[in-house]
Amino acid sequence: MKAITWHGKHDVRCESVDDPEILNPRDAIIRITSTAICGSDLHLYDGYVPQMMPGDILGHEFMGEVVEIGAKSTLKKGQRVIVPFPIACGQCFHCSKQQYSCCDNSNPADKMDFGREQLGQPMAGIFGYSHLTGGYAGGQAEYVRVPYSDVGPFVIPDDSLEDEKVLFLTDILPTGWMAAENCDIQPGDTVAVWGCGPVGLFAVQSAFLMGAARVIAIDHFPHRLELAKKFGAETLNFEETKVYEALQDMTGGIGPDASIDCVGLEPHGLYVDNIIDQIKVSTFLGTDRGHVIRQIIMATRKGGHVSIPGVYGGFIDKFPIGAMMEKGLTVKTGQTHVQKYTQPLYTAIAEGKLDMTFLISHRMPLEAGPEGFQKFHDEQDTYTKIVLKPGMSEAKLAA
Amino acid sequence: MTDNSPPADDAPVAYSKTADPDRALLEEAVTIRRPANELYAFWRQQENLAGVMENVVSIEKLDDKRSRWTVKAPAGREVSWESVITNDIPDRELTWQSAEGADIANSGRVRFEEAGERGTVVRATIAYDPPAGIVGQLVAKLFQREPRIQTRRDLHRFKQLMETGEITTSARTRAQRENRNEDQTTTRELEENPA
Repeated sequence: MKAITWHGKHDVRCESVDDPEILNPRDAIIRITSTAICGSDLHLYDGYVPQMMPGDILGHEFMGEVVEIGAKSTLKKGQRVIVPFPIACGQCFHCSKQQYSCCDNSNPADKMDFGREQLGQPMAGIFGYSHLTGGYAGGQAEYVRVPYSDVGPFVIPDDSLEDEKVLFLTDILPTGWMAAENCDIQPGDTVAVWGCGPVGLFAVQSAFLMGAARVIAIDHFPHRLELAKKFGAETLNFEETKVYEALQDMTGGIGPDASIDCVGLEPHGLYVDNIIDQIKVSTFLGTDRGHVIRQIIMATRKGGHVSIPGVYGGFIDKFPIGAMMEKGLTVKTGQTHVQKYTQPLYTAIAEGKLDMTFLISHRMPLEAGPEGFQKFHDEQDTYTKIVLKPGMSEAKLAA
Repeated sequence: MTDNSPPADDAPVAYSKTADPDRALLEEAVTIRRPANELYAFWRQQENLAGVMENVVSIEKLDDKRSRWTVKAPAGREVSWESVITNDIPDRELTWQSAEGADIANSGRVRFEEAGERGTVVRATIAYDPPAGIVGQLVAKLFQREPRIQTRRDLHRFKQLMETGEITTSARTRAQRENRNEDQTTTRELEENPA
């Protein structure tokens, strides 16, 4: 089959590899019909996430048709499914608490050592996201092996809902939702959202749905800020505005009640700490850049909430621990427990209350994946979301 | 103890900073969301363990208390010894010891401690006497590079099997699953014996 593979910083390729096989009783093989490039894939593309190996197949937002099942899979051949990006066994302590992205069993035993060192405890397996998260092949391919297929995949009951309407249930929609949920929003709250990529835009919408009176969205891409404005947010362009000062002023000197970091370890901008961090990262003296999270901790109101859906991989310094403690901030983080949100968010889509398709700017055949990565990386204002369509020719896509 | 030495804390002895360094003693614990009696029953059938322990080739039952263990060693070699269950508290604890004359003298204990809704804490304590010479070198490698990591991985595979009914793999194909294990062994050997 064909698959998008990682070979190093800014080097992804479309290659021929062996088809996946059923290896365990609960496995299923899915033929991919749609798969997206996620903003967090850019951290892999830029070489920020450790434990990538040449030849690793990328992609953790995908859906398709069940073509093969193991003896204990509950899926049936021919079903259309979306597949949550975290792999969860459904039976460990964490899964019993619906903390699916903390699953104890989905990271293979021989892959756990690095996670233990880097994170204290190894994390769950994630499709196509480095050997820190299990070394699983991702879904930017024609086929994928899905372990624990009786727990993760969500069968789409209504065939009239086309792929693009439900594809984002795999990651960015529940991620934006959980990001807002983690802020414990009270009616009348002001919520600030750093980063207006897909997750940030969903976080904006979710915050309003949860009762926020005001949402202030921060980015530097004009198109993204326009989209945020469309959903009712006030906007700040950090290239033109001093963000901390503006936020204090806009909130009457209080600061936002809750702040959401939809940026993670690769913030843009010419700030002293950002430049030092970038040097450290490029010389292997550090793993993450922390400009956004530092600013969030300083800006959020005393006793407020900080939510971090953006991806961080390791360590940062100059962390304002004093501000975090003295102000009594509540910080909630985490990879999304996608499985917990699939059914309610699917219902919202089916009832027409949520529509994510506005985000998709480009559709490409799988073979164009490498070009897609480069465009998404270099032209984020135009390339808001790319969906790859395995098995589809350029001409068919244009039609 | 009649002197005025301070009372010991509650830490496992294998993690003491002050005791004489003893690389041949290790302890690892894992929490498994299944009842203790079920986990004990699996462990009591010693031949079951071959399925979850990475370097074990086979465990042959000799009688109710004795079994013969055959373990992979580097360069395609195998090492074998007889193991005897020396203490057996059903659903709670098993202690074993290698029989007299074993190439690799080893002993261990596994305890099953109730942990409420979290299930059962399985705590393995293993001690072995690394013999000198060529066999000693083999022993060092028997447990992979680091015996504690080997034990931790084995316990985690046990947890996966007990909780989910299968042992997790991220391989894509059967061939890849086989190769990955070989790769790891090769990597370890290279690290231990740089050319």
